[in-house]
Amino acid sequence: MIRRQDGTRRIGVFVCHCGLNIAASVDVEKVVEEISHYPGVVATEHYMYMCSDPGQDLVRKTIQEKKLDAIVMSNCSPYLHERTYRTLAASEGLNPYFCEVANIREACSWPHLKDREGATKKAIAIIKATVEKVRINMELFPPVIPLTRRALIVGAGIAGMTSALEIADAGYEVVLVDRAPYIGGHVSQLSGTFPTLDRVGCVTAPLLARVVTHPKIKLYTYSEIEDIEGYIGSFDIRIRKKASFVDETRCNSCGRCLEVCPVSVPSEFDRGLSQRGAIYRSFPEAVPSRLLIDATSCVHLATGNSCRACEEVCPAQAIEFTQEDVIAEERIGAIIVATGYDLFPRERIGEYEIDPDVIDGIQFERLLSPTGPTKGEIRRPSDGKVPQQVVFIQCVGSRDPEHGVIYCSRVCCMYTAKQAVLYKRAVPEGQAYVFYMDIRSDSKEFEEFVCSAVEEERIMYLRGRVSKVFRDGDKIKVWGADTLTGKMVEISADLVVLALGMTPSPGIVDLAHKLNVIFDLFGFITEAHPKLRPVETLTAGVYLAGACQWPKDIPDTISSASGAASKILSLFSREELLRDPLISFVDEEICRGCGQCVSVCVYKAITLDPKKKVATVNEAVCEGCGACAATCPSGAIRHKNSTRSQFFEMIDIAAAEYV
Amino acid sequence: MRVELSVKQVQGDFVKKVEEISGQNLLSCYQCGKCSAGCPMAFAMDILPNQIIRLAQLGLEEEIAKSNTIWICASCYTCAVRCPRGVDLARVMEALRLLTLRKNINYVQPIEIPPETLEGMPQVALVSSFRKLTS
Amino acid sequence: MNLWYYPGCTLKTRAKNAEDSAIVSMAALGIDMVELPRWNCCGTVHSLAGDDLIHHIAPVRDLIRVKEQGGSKVATICSFCYNTLRRADILMRGDAEKRGTINSFMDEEPDYNGEVDVVHLLQVLRDDIGWKAISEKVKLPLEGLKVASYYGCTLLRPAEVAIDNVEKPTVMQDLLRALGATVIEFPFATECCGSYQIVGNVGFALEAAKNILTSALRRGAEAVVLTCPMCDYNLGLAHRELKRQRGDLPDIPTLYFSQLLAIALGLDTEVCHFNLNYIDPQPLLQSKGLIVEGVKVGE
Repeated sequence: MIRRQDGTRRIGVFVCHCGLNIAASVDVEKVVEEISHYPGVVATEHYMYMCSDPGQDLVRKTIQEKKLDAIVMSNCSPYLHERTYRTLAASEGLNPYFCEVANIREACSWPHLKDREGATKKAIAIIKATVEKVRINMELFPPVIPLTRRALIVGAGIAGMTSALEIADAGYEVVLVDRAPYIGGHVSQLSGTFPTLDRVGCVTAPLLARVVTHPKIKLYTYSEIEDIEGYIGSFDIRIRKKASFVDETRCNSCGRCLEVCPVSVPSEFDRGLSQRGAIYRSFPEAVPSRLLIDATSCVHLATGNSCRACEEVCPAQAIEFTQEDVIAEERIGAIIVATGYDLFPRERIGEYEIDPDVIDGIQFERLLSPTGPTKGEIRRPSDGKVPQQVVFIQCVGSRDPEHGVIYCSRVCCMYTAKQAVLYKRAVPEGQAYVFYMDIRSDSKEFEEFVCSAVEEERIMYLRGRVSKVFRDGDKIKVWGADTLTGKMVEISADLVVLALGMTPSPGIVDLAHKLNVIFDLFGFITEAHPKLRPVETLTAGVYLAGACQWPKDIPDTISSASGAASKILSLFSREELLRDPLISFVDEEICRGCGQCVSVCVYKAITLDPKKKVATVNEAVCEGCGACAATCPSGAIRHKNSTRSQFFEMIDIAAAEYV
Repeated sequence: MRVELSVKQVQGDFVKKVEEISGQNLLSCYQCGKCSAGCPMAFAMDILPNQIIRLAQLGLEEEIAKSNTIWICASCYTCAVRCPRGVDLARVMEALRLLTLRKNINYVQPIEIPPETLEGMPQVALVSSFRKLTS
Repeated sequence: MNLWYYPGCTLKTRAKNAEDSAIVSMAALGIDMVELPRWNCCGTVHSLAGDDLIHHIAPVRDLIRVKEQGGSKVATICSFCYNTLRRADILMRGDAEKRGTINSFMDEEPDYNGEVDVVHLLQVLRDDIGWKAISEKVKLPLEGLKVASYYGCTLLRPAEVAIDNVEKPTVMQDLLRALGATVIEFPFATECCGSYQIVGNVGFALEAAKNILTSALRRGAEAVVLTCPMCDYNLGLAHRELKRQRGDLPDIPTLYFSQLLAIALGLDTEVCHFNLNYIDPQPLLQSKGLIVEGVKVGE
């Protein structure tokens, strides 16, 4: 690394007006005049929009004409254009890290809009300090790290399947893992989609078929991520394949075992609306169509009972009571988290009685499903009667920071409208009521759908929350308010459907820890930037798809899944994997191996060299957050181009303006 | 007739006073109506509890004064424990009552309670009624 | 074991049936309830106004009485007393500024800084004794008696004072099951009985109270079990009103949980003072073989 003598770098300073964003409060010409006399600055220019093509041409021309070694771009936040100008600098033969941004917009002109003199003075201080920084910046080159062109996708719902097919179709291998015995996730439980009312099975069947037969997709169902080591380009994954007690290679899915199993427990897939045996298939159309034994309900496995009924009737000798979990290992280069959602736990809203005829949205989907427990007829769970009055309650757990979550779950308005419409079509003489607070129908053809639900299907929308739901003989009493008339209302319903809010899938926090990704207070995985980097995480090589990030409907899920896949394809299509060099480095002469940096590094990028007794930074893993540099008691570990001495220099120069 | 809204009401002393005495931010309420839906006394109220909160948000003191709602409230807290926004409506109702009671206006007149009512009535009923509904 | 006990005004008069049956039952369970010396009225309702501190003086003074005795826990039977004392304690623990003002106002008393835990007797039964221990002491199981537990408001609300789940409490059902009774769940267990509105708005309060009794009857309950003398009074009046409107309606007496506890523990039912019950429970209890000879109501 080169470190020239102080003052020998020829530095250019470029000041942007940003229209009036900067020029309204900063006297740009005065700034240029003052900076032009500053030591080491051999060129100064200002322009209306420096990021525009003519603006960039001005920068290029000045670099060439004045033979500049380094440039200071004085404009908006480096979040916006740092990359633009570093690319420009590189194209003109400069080391890109000899380009620094002085933020005189977000940090100066905007907050000091009414103080032109003060803002101008501050802009000068910021630019001078940045000149000092660039004067002693190190020349940096991005480290090259190995790249395994295979992807891991955690979760095989609609998001994971979409990403998997896009990556696999591009010719790269995908390892697709789901903890359920089947692929398809929650979408498999749904009946129809909004606003077109397409049957979900028709939409997903081709996807499912392609995923299971795709030569580039390696499928692990009934499996979980055990642990993850490594970093972008080279992750080593261990996958726990849970024992199913059925040899998949021998089982021919004849189903004779299903008839003899003496156990009956509620079906997870039907959310308790049907029963299954201890040996079961999640649902008749499950893909893959595998059978498995649930060890907790099997009388033989759980209690040692001598029952081996399934084994006795199996013509293929596929039952293996001695089967154990198996750990598989995979090396991959990038990861998509597509773990999806779960429903808000309804028991937390205690005023809505737990009753067979008070069901959740997915249970209602099962009632609507032609292959569901009622073969698609809407019959209430308690007695099989066709409900004549159905009450749908929105926002259960959502928008309720006191008992649930503060956020809006985004999909409930539409799926409730869809369910009410499907109910009305199935039971034309019946009446559907929907308690809502606001109807959020903010996507393509959504508003039209809701309007027609009200006008054509005559679904009665009532604006108010429900305070109490309880059984009263044959009926379920619903106490609500119609805030538009100011009346308390009571409905004697036959069936009540709760639109439970969305929460992240259980186990997400555990997975997030294994992946070193950040999650919010609800457990949703946090994206790298809410606007500009919505499908990336702050951990390199880990991307997001679907509702693990935030409540999403199917189109939004598909969009993010495609986005995440395209990020990985872009990564895999590079010839070599380069990392940002703005990371930490260790001065081994000073480091005394205390290990404090190791304990503060959330990315696990630092290790102690057992022989040399000094810290070492893994360049492929370090994200350059700077926590280690701030912690190091001896100043041995430093952040490249953000060293303590650089900062003290910058502070001295900036402070000098105010003395 | 139109009700005129102005900065004088929306940012007025009445709103400040109610928020100060109750310790509640009236604008936390998003008018879902759950308080009214479950109120055991709302059948006797001429305006629902959520509407009282709305009137208070707007600073419409007179409209509240015309209503019997705050005097029917039994401070049972059903509303407050179910409020998704954590508004303690019982405290808001108390603040609104106190604005009247502190002018030495009683809602219950102890002297007017018939002797047959008093007979057998537990002390706890009398003391709490007087504490809530007299100045 | 001794337990400091705060009776409050109504338990010393109109609700003596609750007090005596509780004290004797607790003694049988090995806990001596010791009445707090020099107690004063708790004020019955917690003041909800942020600028009103004077009404917190009474309950805080009661808590100081406990502290003076070296006690760190005080039990109540009346739900109103529980609520008022507990909320006064929460206020004193949580709000340093108000605590300072209140303590300095009562300069003749020792300071109170939240040293006393306020509990309801149901909590003592559940947490200190336990259902198993209680069921082992039962001599006369309440077999065949179908009872609905009615909580009302002040044991459960606001949430910070709740002795159980705010919406789905079970403590009283658990006790009644331990005593051998058949528990009837009903949706009005935590609805308000109309409370103090019985004084100034009697008609409205009775409407609320009648709904509670009707709901319990519809679910098949033969009696309603409660903890609060206010609820007891309102339900009693509502019962009279219901009977006046519909003479064929079956009686549904209200009983304090402590009365059923005393019966099940095989104690002398004189402590139950059935004559103080608004609706005579003796015919029902006799029909179940739980008491032998009755006391005339109204004596």
